[in-house]
Amino acid sequence: MTEPAERPAADETVPAGVQSPNGTGPVGDPPPLVTPPADTVPGEVVLRLTDVVKTFPGVRALDGVQLEVRAGEVHCLLGQNGAGKSTLIKVLSGAHQPDSGQVEWLGEPVSFGNPQAAMKAGIATIYQELDLVEDLSVAENAFLGHEPRQLGFVRRGYMARQTREILARLGHPEIPPRRMVRSLPSAGKQIVSMARALSHEARLIIMDEPSAVLAHDEVGNLFRIIRELTAQGIAVIYISHRMEEIREIGDRVTVLKDGRTTAANLPARSTPTRDLVSRMTGRTIEYVFPDRPAETPAAEKLLEVRELSREGEFADVSLTVHAGEIVGIAGLVGSGRSELLETIFGARRASTGTVSMAGRQVRPGSVGAAVRAGMGMAPEERKSQALLLGEPIYRNVTLATFTRWARLGFTDAGRERAEANEVADRLELRPLDVRRPVRTLSGGNQQKVVVGRWLLGGTKLLLLDEPTRGVDVGARAELYQVIRALAARGVGVLLVSSEVPEVLGLADRVLVMREGRVVHEAPAGELDEDTVLDLVMAGSLMEGAPA
Amino acid sequence: MTERTETAAPAGAAPPADRPSPVSPAPAGAPVHKGAGTPGNGTGRWSGDAGESFRRNLGLVGVLVVLIVIGIVTRPDLYSDMNWVGDNIMSILTLASVVGVVTVGMTFVIIGGGIDLSVGAIVALAGVWSTTVATQSYGAGGMIFTAVVVAVCVGLVNGFLISYGRLVPFIATLAMLVAARGLAAEISDKQTQVSNNATINGIASNDVLGIPVLVFILAGVVAAGWVLLNRTTFGRRTVAVGGNPEAARLAGINVRRHSMLLYALSGLCCGIAAIMLTAQANSAQAAMANLYELDAIAAAIIGGTLLSGGRGTIVGSLLGVIIFATITNLFAINGLSTEAQNMVKGGIIVAAVLVQQFRFKSLTQLLARNKLRSTN
Ligand SMILES: Nc1ncnc2c1ncn2[C@@H]1O[C@H](COP(=O)(O)OP(=O)(O)OP(=O)(O)O)[C@@H](O)[C@H]1O
Ligand SMILES: [Mg+2]
Repeated sequence: MTEPAERPAADETVPAGVQSPNGTGPVGDPPPLVTPPADTVPGEVVLRLTDVVKTFPGVRALDGVQLEVRAGEVHCLLGQNGAGKSTLIKVLSGAHQPDSGQVEWLGEPVSFGNPQAAMKAGIATIYQELDLVEDLSVAENAFLGHEPRQLGFVRRGYMARQTREILARLGHPEIPPRRMVRSLPSAGKQIVSMARALSHEARLIIMDEPSAVLAHDEVGNLFRIIRELTAQGIAVIYISHRMEEIREIGDRVTVLKDGRTTAANLPARSTPTRDLVSRMTGRTIEYVFPDRPAETPAAEKLLEVRELSREGEFADVSLTVHAGEIVGIAGLVGSGRSELLETIFGARRASTGTVSMAGRQVRPGSVGAAVRAGMGMAPEERKSQALLLGEPIYRNVTLATFTRWARLGFTDAGRERAEANEVADRLELRPLDVRRPVRTLSGGNQQKVVVGRWLLGGTKLLLLDEPTRGVDVGARAELYQVIRALAARGVGVLLVSSEVPEVLGLADRVLVMREGRVVHEAPAGELDEDTVLDLVMAGSLMEGAPA
Repeated sequence: MTERTETAAPAGAAPPADRPSPVSPAPAGAPVHKGAGTPGNGTGRWSGDAGESFRRNLGLVGVLVVLIVIGIVTRPDLYSDMNWVGDNIMSILTLASVVGVVTVGMTFVIIGGGIDLSVGAIVALAGVWSTTVATQSYGAGGMIFTAVVVAVCVGLVNGFLISYGRLVPFIATLAMLVAARGLAAEISDKQTQVSNNATINGIASNDVLGIPVLVFILAGVVAAGWVLLNRTTFGRRTVAVGGNPEAARLAGINVRRHSMLLYALSGLCCGIAAIMLTAQANSAQAAMANLYELDAIAAAIIGGTLLSGGRGTIVGSLLGVIIFATITNLFAINGLSTEAQNMVKGGIIVAAVLVQQFRFKSLTQLLARNKLRSTN
């Protein structure tokens, strides 16, 4: 998975001119459903969905979905943000009830009234949004709802042992089963929700964008486990926006668009990317990064970080971001990159070192001061760090700017909606109604809201932590254009991403971080993916982890 | 995308299982053109959470109607006299006025993610402090000023301990409950302090256009609270801080200062309530406003304020207060004991919370499921 498959070979692309300014292109007739020869997958059909419909107020999230999953296969679900993938798996896992249509599980029509029922029937789910109980331990979370019991008492020791075993299988023997989930980093939480799925005697495991929060090496681990599972005849439904993962792990692909199955059971390895993308979007997308401007000479220094350190997280980091420049930080989860970003933003207090904006030192440990100095940060974890889930989209978009448009303390809702609408339009938010609660948006669309917040108003320096997490191929290209356009207007950008191609493709200059230190710095053009991966991994945390 | 059309659910489809349908149904088949360049696109299609709280408040009005019907059925003799009915409405509103003012402040605190157990104690302290002989010598203005300043200061202390001292709101305000009543007893020497100020006492005894001044004060505080919550940056910060403090912080909102101000606001409401209550009794004492914290919290919760913060409405809280006052009134006109009344109140609180969780959701789910089963 070193070479991203989305970067289409030249013969696969359609001339760039096809793309209209707002990102939509001509839409042809949807390609016909494809049924491959039955011998591609040997297992028998375990799950069959026919004409499943699910509506929410004002949205038909599922509008007649067909899906067929066989034992021992990895069945990938593809679709744009808001296509209905998560809704579909919530129907399968009993979290939502379909309005109509049929779900057949092991040959029997079923309807799961709640997640417990689905789990009992052998369907385990890893949801896109983490659903752990923060104040319970790792083991308690893993076995939540099906604790091993004896005479009515939970067998805590047994449960901890089982959890330790599962965690070891997941390649994380270092996570203590009795630790509170709250204290784990987000990648650790993802491991725990995987452990939860593995703690069941499942015959089908559904994974909704599990790789979105995992680091590069963790994804390899995940794939190893998936192969183990499928070898035992367990079926896996796998959702991801990363085409190269689907090529590597998938057997068959079903494509959803606007709640409908537009293609079913395509062979995962041999279907051309262009086909998949056009079935997903109804248009052809060039997955390329915007051009870098030709040499911007001697722009003024915008952000200057000097010897910034934080005990146990990172040490002696010095960096500069010029106006109009995009600086990327590559590094593993745990290399201190997110902590660095949060410290620059004042959300954490540095032990030593200084942060200056346009030559003036920013008061340390104060987000307010950082925002006043012109910084904005899209944090790593959208649900816990960025969103007011019950509030309308527009209020989330303007959360950092609403005071600017207020007069005498009175907010200007009309203005806010107009501004938010513009952002939503630029980022292809769907559905495009800014008064909906953010809660009702799909994961990728929620992410757009988080990034969109800082496209408003006079942000001079954008700190982006995994800005494209969960964002689909088309919207991702759009987001890159938006970021580049901001830079062209003189905004500085500091970008953290687990996806090395993204850092290399979007940034002008790249810093590589390892174990809390900047180990390399070079213009993006002089680096390639393998070099960066080597730098990132050298003496990797894997071996260096405390015993 | 371009060709995407959103069709409203067909009339025969099962209602969406997890939310009641919005008040204004989506216009069928209205095409949504992306990038058509019309801001405010999608007008009227989503009534949103405002619609949700509107429905909830409608439910509360329904409860109120039921209570009135019970009143009519049990005492038809009284309800046949229109004059009595008018007077009774005013006495219910007067009964609701003091707790109502306290509840407005409480609603802000709870939406902001906190809780204030000390409101009753603050009312008592402010009442006692403003009726000492020394304070009364400054006249009505001096008394009002004292009550408000004392209450706001106590609120600020609460807020400071919680925001900057990192005490849990429950603990900090529980301690303040004990301390403030203690101080009130100390100041008053455990005596009832009679108010000799005719202006203050007149607040409770005077009407304007047949409506008691106390009711006007309640209306004013409710209106101000509504505007503050729904139309100002202060209100927006309150929702943000209570809904997701980390997100608020990372958006540049000063979360600590804001939570401190919320407790000060609650204090301010208590100061106003102290004057109203003093006026009603023509006196103040350390034991006044006993258990107001419970009444205010209960009213806010019945009104739909989420105890975990981030959601709530002023109108809902007001309806909650009025429902409680109506129950009290119902028992009074039927000559029933206050013990029975408290039991009913407790039952209503439980029922309200159950309804909040249950709503129509489970019912529609149940129906949808049965339908599925029967078709299988
Ligand atoms: N609880 C809800 N209330 C209303 N609408 C909802 C709700 N949940 C999802 N939707 C809508 O249903 C549609 C499908 O959402 P879903 O989460 O299934 O998308 P997805 O394919 O998983 O997208 P992503 O790739 O972004 O995760 C979206 O338009 C979304 O806004
Ligand atoms: Mg999803």
